[in-house]
Amino acid sequence: MIKTILIDDEPLARAIIREYIESFPQLEIVQECGDGFEGLKAIMQHKPQLIFLDVQMPKINGFEMLELIEDAPAVIFVTAFDEYAIKAFESHAIDYLLKPFSRERFSKAVEKFIEQSEKNIKQAPALPDSMTLSPQQSQRVVVKTAGKIKIIPVEDIQYLEAADDYVRIQTKEGGFLKNRTMAHFEKSLDANVFVRTHRSYIVNVQQITRIDPYEKENYVAILKNGAQVAVSKSGYAKLKSVLGL
Amino acid sequence: MMQNFNIPWDIALADSVGSNALLAAATILIIHTLGYYRPDNKNYFYLLVWCVVISVIWTAVVKLSLISFFSYDEAYKTFLLRSIPVRFDMAFLVIGCSVIMSMLWYNLEEKKHVESRKADAEKLARDAELYKLRQQLQPHFLFNSLNSISALAGNQPEQARKMIQQLSDFLRGALKKEDHQLTTLTEELQHLQLYLDMEKMRFGHRLSTVIKHDENSLQFLIPPMLLQPIVENAIKFGLYDTTDNITIFIEAKTFNDYLEITVQNPFDPETSIPKQGTGFGLSSVQRRLYLLFVRNDLLSTTVKGNQFITTVKIPRNDKNDIDR
Repeated sequence: MIKTILIDDEPLARAIIREYIESFPQLEIVQECGDGFEGLKAIMQHKPQLIFLDVQMPKINGFEMLELIEDAPAVIFVTAFDEYAIKAFESHAIDYLLKPFSRERFSKAVEKFIEQSEKNIKQAPALPDSMTLSPQQSQRVVVKTAGKIKIIPVEDIQYLEAADDYVRIQTKEGGFLKNRTMAHFEKSLDANVFVRTHRSYIVNVQQITRIDPYEKENYVAILKNGAQVAVSKSGYAKLKSVLGL
Repeated sequence: MMQNFNIPWDIALADSVGSNALLAAATILIIHTLGYYRPDNKNYFYLLVWCVVISVIWTAVVKLSLISFFSYDEAYKTFLLRSIPVRFDMAFLVIGCSVIMSMLWYNLEEKKHVESRKADAEKLARDAELYKLRQQLQPHFLFNSLNSISALAGNQPEQARKMIQQLSDFLRGALKKEDHQLTTLTEELQHLQLYLDMEKMRFGHRLSTVIKHDENSLQFLIPPMLLQPIVENAIKFGLYDTTDNITIFIEAKTFNDYLEITVQNPFDPETSIPKQGTGFGLSSVQRRLYLLFVRNDLLSTTVKGNQFITTVKIPRNDKNDIDR
């Protein structure tokens, strides 16, 4: 049996998937979830092989939910938003169903999954860096901390610091680790607000109170809360152009 | 006057008729030319030169022709030669004045023309913009509703049929409405109800609505489809910002010279992105209110605890005020 979870906030949208799945006896729906939190819990608990995932859902969207899973199952996106299609495929989704969809189209997606799992094609790691939250810049960052999910509006981020395989997201409530690269954040955050000042730092320019020279050709940015962020020579040039100096 | 110079009346008459006719011809010629070509502001000097040249030509023509016609009358000849400077001055004044007058008139005409064209263009642009703003039915709503109908068609065909009916009525209403036709709040609420019923079908028990209005408000005239995007925004905001069941409150109150409608939805003040509140839905409403009433203060939003409140004021309007 292939353990399957449906995650969609509209009961009727789940109903039609349930109905279409009946023609695939090898698929077993172990749970249906109405939002990303439930979905996350269910995935941890059941370790399904396949999930049907809506994008727009309460609190955290489908992509944000996937970001929080270490070892994501195969995903078939089911949404009315066609603007997410590219991103979905970049995240190595099996398929992308646009609502409303026909039984034939649905079957094709499931068959694609079965074919791939039979060939034992290893699923790509959860999500590549090229993926951002939405077609626009990210408005928020979702992190998992002590088993809880925390949604950080980007305005609350003071700076980001590289920490081995993680990035530490520094806010006034403290630091949160996220399993991403600096390049990912550099791309997904608004470049007019968040500047990569150093190999290991991205800083929110609205937090900077002053920039002091530090050793030769290097600088240090002093933030409102007193924190110091390293600024390299090229980082200083970027800062100057963003701040219009 | 010519009699004083001992000039016979027939010569005097021929002189004045001839010279005046020639002057009129010259004036008409220059005015006509100005109709096709007008020097721009910097070249008014040329106009002056023109006037002088034409006056000189006129004077010369008058002098030569009159002298050749009436060469037998010595007294007249003397008079003619002595009056040349006066004649030139007169001609210059008349031509100069008509040039100035016609320049003014032509410029005024041109300005009127440009302005009416500009007004036409603006009206077209405004109509197009209003049309666009009104048509901003969320396509997602449409596709999600169709998906719900598809789901219902399997097990609850009667419900599917009902929802198709609601969707059709809703779309027909939305397409039919035009900005200069105000509708009553009653009609607007009926239309809104179709939308709310479909949303409730989609989201099940999570969504409920409470609509209140006072007696007088029902007949109040409002621009069509104004409420819908506000409610749509509230529902989206409420449903996607919390995981709980939500209630949307819609209330209409009549005041002396305006109708106030408030739409209230719950949200999570801790995680919500402030920008979301004035997201596209509301900025288009703001723009539309501005285009209709030339006021920017009719739409406002406030936060009370975990409730987000959108308030829209619609000025009481004679139908004519909004009719363009």
